[in-house]
Amino acid sequence: MSVYLSQALGGLSHAATLFLVASGLSIIFGVTRIVNFAHGSLYMLGAYCAYSFSQFLMAKLGAPLGFWPGVVLAALAVGLVGALMEVALLRRIYHAPELFQLLATFGVVLVVQDATLAIWGREDLLSPRAPGFRGVVEIFGERFPQYHLLLICLGPVVLGALWLLFNRTRWGTLVRAATEDREMTSALGVNQRRLFTSVVLLGSTLAGLGGALQIPNEAVNLQMDISIIVEAFVVVVIGGMGSIVGAFVAALLVGEISAFGILIFPRLTLVLPFLVMALVLVVRPYGLLGKPGDESRGPAQAPGTHLVPAGRYLRRAGVAALLALALVPAFAGEYAQLLVTDILILALFATSLHFILGIGGLVSFGHAAWFGVGAYAAALLLAKLAAPISMGLIAAPLVAAALALVFGWFCIRLSGVYLAMLTLAFAQILWSLAYQSTWTGGDNGILGIWPSAWAGSPARYYYLTLTLCVASLLVLRRAVFAPFGYALRAARDSALRAEATGIDVRRSQWLAFTLAGAFAGLAGALHAFHKGSVFPNVLSIPQSIDALVMVLLGGLETLTGPVAGAAVYHFLQTQIMRSTEYWRVILGSVILLLVLVFPHGIVGSLRRLSAAGWKTR
Amino acid sequence: MSKPTWGAALAILALPVSGADNKPILIGEISSYSTVPAFTVPYRNGWQMAVEEVNAAGGLLGGRRLEVVSRDDGGKPDDATRNAQELLSSQKVDLLAGTFLSNVGLAVSDIALRNRVLFVAAEPLTDALVWDKGNRYTFRLRPSTYMQAAMLAEEAAKLPARTWATVAPNYEYGQSAVANFKELMRAKRPDVEFVAEQWPALGKLEAGATIQALEAAKPDAIFNVTFGADLTKFVREGNLRGLFEGRAVVSMLTGEPEYLDPLKDETPKGWIVTGYPWDQVKTTVHQRFVQAYAKRYSETPRLGSVVGYTTFMAIADAIRKAGSTDTEKLIGAFRGLKFESVFGPVTFRALDQQSTLGAFVGRLDLRDGRGVMVDWRYVDGKDYMPPDAVVRKRRPAEAMR
Repeated sequence: MSVYLSQALGGLSHAATLFLVASGLSIIFGVTRIVNFAHGSLYMLGAYCAYSFSQFLMAKLGAPLGFWPGVVLAALAVGLVGALMEVALLRRIYHAPELFQLLATFGVVLVVQDATLAIWGREDLLSPRAPGFRGVVEIFGERFPQYHLLLICLGPVVLGALWLLFNRTRWGTLVRAATEDREMTSALGVNQRRLFTSVVLLGSTLAGLGGALQIPNEAVNLQMDISIIVEAFVVVVIGGMGSIVGAFVAALLVGEISAFGILIFPRLTLVLPFLVMALVLVVRPYGLLGKPGDESRGPAQAPGTHLVPAGRYLRRAGVAALLALALVPAFAGEYAQLLVTDILILALFATSLHFILGIGGLVSFGHAAWFGVGAYAAALLLAKLAAPISMGLIAAPLVAAALALVFGWFCIRLSGVYLAMLTLAFAQILWSLAYQSTWTGGDNGILGIWPSAWAGSPARYYYLTLTLCVASLLVLRRAVFAPFGYALRAARDSALRAEATGIDVRRSQWLAFTLAGAFAGLAGALHAFHKGSVFPNVLSIPQSIDALVMVLLGGLETLTGPVAGAAVYHFLQTQIMRSTEYWRVILGSVILLLVLVFPHGIVGSLRRLSAAGWKTR
Repeated sequence: MSKPTWGAALAILALPVSGADNKPILIGEISSYSTVPAFTVPYRNGWQMAVEEVNAAGGLLGGRRLEVVSRDDGGKPDDATRNAQELLSSQKVDLLAGTFLSNVGLAVSDIALRNRVLFVAAEPLTDALVWDKGNRYTFRLRPSTYMQAAMLAEEAAKLPARTWATVAPNYEYGQSAVANFKELMRAKRPDVEFVAEQWPALGKLEAGATIQALEAAKPDAIFNVTFGADLTKFVREGNLRGLFEGRAVVSMLTGEPEYLDPLKDETPKGWIVTGYPWDQVKTTVHQRFVQAYAKRYSETPRLGSVVGYTTFMAIADAIRKAGSTDTEKLIGAFRGLKFESVFGPVTFRALDQQSTLGAFVGRLDLRDGRGVMVDWRYVDGKDYMPPDAVVRKRRPAEAMR
């Protein structure tokens, strides 16, 4: 019995940290609608600052007097960093299409990673145990660390303080009003700017505090940002976006399930939180305490973009580009061919995401699932059944589509960030399957799946990829201007009106989801044979984020955007990576710059500029 | 047999020219510099030092300088594949070397096989690299997962402990370490029983709950495979909750400075580990290495430094022995290559192209608030290999050619 009690207490302590980080994320989203990918970076900064501040202060003032002020100072410092991020960056792009801010926060993630490495060095830093809470207490014969008891108490204390702040102060009332209706609050004369900055400051301080309080538990390390951010999103979504109490309940749920999961299913620790989230979302599409209707203002709401079929000039430009691409192997070296093959595959992958995201208005954080399934289906066919690559290329999109058809049925019932996180959950479950089980080759992947001789040389494979990718892009483009595409866009812009005109909204979205899955699967198969091997990272979160970044970078409101985004992003990344290992700070800065200069994505902003030019002339 | 003859003929033809033609020998190098800098930066320091020493001594093959084109793979096998192809097609490197992560090492070894070019893997641990997925172009320096597990199983079998628990990250490295350890232990000690297994996800160990679950099984001893951030969490919480009191712990890699240094005063006394007590190895060769390294970089060497240095010194030796940078000649030279490492004599086995570089096995202790290895001894890798017949069975026939 005492084992279970101890396990439950351990879960509570884990829940407290999760709550601190998740509540900050939830508050920021509630008011500003920003999906803050940099929240994990703020958490990591909190831990590093707390380490440095407490080391410095403990040397001056002794352990107890130095440690705790160090923790508090770190949280405040991170709050200021967050506020700075809001003032210098996010504030400038609130008018951009929703979800675009996500790209900016991704740039911040990259910059913070390298900045942390440069400031604090490459080795993990272990802080001493927390003064006053160094030991253990005996609970029914089991030793339990005092520090965890402190964390367990802290969770409800912070919840209470936040409740008082939101319900008993004028500022809190304004925040709640802005969470309910941003425009109305602004219309009533509330200073939006100050409100937003202060909200981001509060949310960031909570993330910083979460990180700072972690230093007696683990060595501060450079992977802390990645390890917490997904878990924090899971908690926020289970609880309901924008709900603090929901975040608290969800943190408890995730903390306890993780703790007992270790006891019962030690091999499933990775997928358990995602399974729980998927289950919660299937039963309650807005999380445990989220309110239905919030999604209408969620980031899924892409602006009603007016798309027109390609005109004479664009057609000519397209033909010219195709001719230029066809000539690449004749003029460029082998490496350039490999690089353009990479880009073609990524362009197809990004365009398939754009089809559901930009045209369908369905946000996906897990698009790598279909890419990866395609890659693994093709690779397994070759490796286990010795099938030719033509079989792989046919089977991969079919398998991906079949899986997308099944998962899509669950996904399209949701919208906004909830939908995004459910897709992420599916992708993560598939990833852990590929990563942890042996029949997929595990982390060692599947090797030696090179194309047969007819497509063997880089130039031949280049032409194969070019043909399949361009054909796929044209099919996807055609679909946008088919009645199916119009129905999809109608459903995106107003589901109710679309229903009223007789469109089966869910069915078209379901079909779109499946179609996008098929083309992502084809891209995955092309990738597998291009690299000659498949590893679990084709299913990983970074792979999904890359696709998202490419779509946003190119411009959500255009059809050529994803292709441009893929080309720019991949070219930049590979070229910067070749020259320096500090490529993340450079890539991140370039993304931030592009975000500020092209707030509608590269193609979207260029088109606006040229349109404005036409008007003034 | 026509290939070597052709190569020899070409080499003879090239001899008079090579003196005049001082074209540098190019090595394409790939590692995860941005994602795991704590390991790869000391490793890079090591190989840079080796290259400098080789060039200071007049280079190779009659005055040709050794030059390295280095690339960061960002921790992704896909990026490593592209980098390897770029190094081969654009940079025209003579051979490939490096890599840290197992999957990256495997991806590059597959490129080496397809392009028929030599690849000398430095750090990847996976057994597959030289056995199940081995190929004739790939050689590996560092003692593999199997070898490290075998070194520890030998010590573990001497312990009175009968019931064991394991804790390992849930992916290929952790899985094969545990599988190897179990198999070797069962062979040596049929009475041993494995009573609990914990499989935390890499980088996501929940210390409290994991330790509670291990404690509940009341094992006599624990076999640990966690490392890095997971290890630090596991050790601190385990110390607090007394998991290691009166219990033997046998732990992979924990004595390596990369993993041991961050533990500071939490270093658990008495753990039996593989590692590298850099400050206590007093052989002349090693001391010279430590001094030169400290002078060059103003820091103490990590195991990665030794791996980087030794990999490139071995490459230089093989090029000298081959008298050429021709891939087939280099393979011939590497198979059975004997050279003097800073740890002592090492051979690249002709059987599976694995080096016999060993490791230090000892116990952890705490001195002046930091962890050290005590009662250690150097164990030669050649004694911790499975029987040749087993290797032959696991290695593809094509790789044995």
